[in-house]
Amino acid sequence: MQIRFDKLGVVIAAIVAYAAFAAPFATFRANRIVPGQARSILEALPTATGTLLLAIIVAAALVALFRTPLVLRLVASVVVLAALALLIGAAGTFLTPAGNTLARVSPASGFWILIFAFTLLLADVLTRLNLSPLARVGVLVVAALAIGLLLISGSWDNLSILKEYANRADSFWAEGSKHVTLALGSLAAAVIVGLPLGILCHRVERLHAGVLNVLNIIQTIPSIALFGLLIAPLGWVATHVPGAAALGIRGIGTAPAFVALFLYSLLPVVANTVVGLAGVPRAANDAARGMGMTDRQRLFGVEFPLAFPVILTGIRIVLVQNIGLATIAALIGGGGFGVFVFQGVGQTAMDLVLLGAVPTVALAFAAAIVLDAVIEMTATKRRVETA
Amino acid sequence: MIEIEGITKRYDSTTVVDDVSMVIEPRTVCVIVGTSGSGKTTLLRMINRLVEPTAGVIKLDGADNRSLPGYELRRSIGYAIQGHGLFPHRTVAQNIATVPVLLGWDKARIKARVDELMTLYQLDPDAFGPRYPHELSGGQQQRVGVARALAAEPNVLLMDEPFGALDPIIRNKAQEDLLAIQKRFGTTIILVTHDMEEAVHMGDKIAVMDAGKLVQYAKPAEILANPASAFVGTLVGASERPFRLLSLGRVRDAVEDGSAEGEAISGDASQRDALAELLWSGRPALPVKGADGKPLGRVTVDGLVKRAARPA
Repeated sequence: MQIRFDKLGVVIAAIVAYAAFAAPFATFRANRIVPGQARSILEALPTATGTLLLAIIVAAALVALFRTPLVLRLVASVVVLAALALLIGAAGTFLTPAGNTLARVSPASGFWILIFAFTLLLADVLTRLNLSPLARVGVLVVAALAIGLLLISGSWDNLSILKEYANRADSFWAEGSKHVTLALGSLAAAVIVGLPLGILCHRVERLHAGVLNVLNIIQTIPSIALFGLLIAPLGWVATHVPGAAALGIRGIGTAPAFVALFLYSLLPVVANTVVGLAGVPRAANDAARGMGMTDRQRLFGVEFPLAFPVILTGIRIVLVQNIGLATIAALIGGGGFGVFVFQGVGQTAMDLVLLGAVPTVALAFAAAIVLDAVIEMTATKRRVETA
Repeated sequence: MIEIEGITKRYDSTTVVDDVSMVIEPRTVCVIVGTSGSGKTTLLRMINRLVEPTAGVIKLDGADNRSLPGYELRRSIGYAIQGHGLFPHRTVAQNIATVPVLLGWDKARIKARVDELMTLYQLDPDAFGPRYPHELSGGQQQRVGVARALAAEPNVLLMDEPFGALDPIIRNKAQEDLLAIQKRFGTTIILVTHDMEEAVHMGDKIAVMDAGKLVQYAKPAEILANPASAFVGTLVGASERPFRLLSLGRVRDAVEDGSAEGEAISGDASQRDALAELLWSGRPALPVKGADGKPLGRVTVDGLVKRAARPA
């Protein structure tokens, strides 16, 4: 049998070789802000465990390197990811001196690169397996459950990021819910305003260019500048409009963050609504009118269902963008996971930064997978004929 | 009966339809022919008020078509277009049920009507009803488009180049099917096309339009025999005229006494087909049989050639 290399596998194997043998696996620090000392896999784990992990990694890298059956590649990537997840926790326990509450152990570059490499392998396998949308969501749920179990089991408790979490458990969930509320709330507002605006732009030719240009310009304003621009008008509203202050509208805080996210969300929603409606086949539209549908029946019965997958794509862009952007809200006291990021930057405590960044990335990633699946499910049934 | 009286449509300074008057008899097929930009589609769309006329009146069975709101008027008139315009997100059965649903028929009646039409159009309701339009062939899509237009049993059916996207073989079949269904339901059909062959084949009367004006409105034989203008003559095509004239007649009408050798041709076939068969086989005469298979007589090359000559 001829041995053949897998193209992506070559890249993955090279990355893995560097990460496993040259890059540090974990970082040890005497306390949370001093510079850390690098520890390789063999230094970070008991000798037997460390050797086992290295063996697993090398074996999986070989599976990736050559053309091997998809199932084998799937098993290899899952086994390595699980081993890495379990053993980074073990490294935390092993490296922390008994009774020492100040010492911190955190994953180092080698760990993250290994995670990246084998996630790449897993993603490649899942793409080649051509999973149905529901199956992809299923994989996401399984992965989320596995991570949840690891968190609950306490096997990561000796890692620095979870020590940061333990100190801020209450505010973590409060900021988390604020983050999600900001991202979803501004999305909802953008959909409520953007859909009718998009329909209006589609129907009234003169509005089209004007509205989209204004939204384009808003999109180019840097977020911090937009916050600054909003302070004065919202402050004025708070002092001059009765009841506004009671609703929480102020120059800084949640209100301007919400307004800024809302403004950024409008362009994708409006633009995709316009594009989606313009893509409705002319013949279908003409037939709908010719058979006696009223304008409203045509909008809700024909145009809207046909434009829906494209509109949903706009909503997906907005949701992922908002989850990331909401981090900035912390700058003006708007709360969210950004609070930990900016506190961490201020204290040079990188693990606190990660406490804010990791959940944000995970949320955005999950939202993208779920909405992609939904889009694919709505689009397969509504495939527009080419005739 | 559809009475079109002095209908004009102007967009800014351009006149698309210019003072057209004509009467379409009930239960007939009227074909509007013209080159692109002749205003034929606009004229058609003014009948169901997809386009509102600048001047003039259109009466359906004596009633001004503006006495109802546009959408209600359109629900009572069938409408089929080129490229069929099926809704890609709805199943075949849902597509056909569009107008009955708009009219608020009850479910059992809609189901019965959809099944009836699909059976009529040789589409098995259980197999094709739940499919989506993109899963059908071009010819099937076209049939569903016409079935949808006929769903609410309209007296009038407007068709805008309904066979334009079909290949020649399927087009012939679709034309035959439409004529059969027209006879069965007694529907008045107004069909727009740029194809004179189709017009001669389908039309009880042909309306020829040029630059927004109605230049001739007459029976096909009259149009072929006496084109009202050079334009109509060009549209008919000088070299095609005798054959088109023959295609209007049935073999049974050209039968002569006597007998001939060879396989018999059906009395329902067109005289054009009979002449083609005679020329191709090099024989002077063909036997003719009736629908029951009994011999009716014969057709001859000489007899058919005389019939292909310009009527006096």
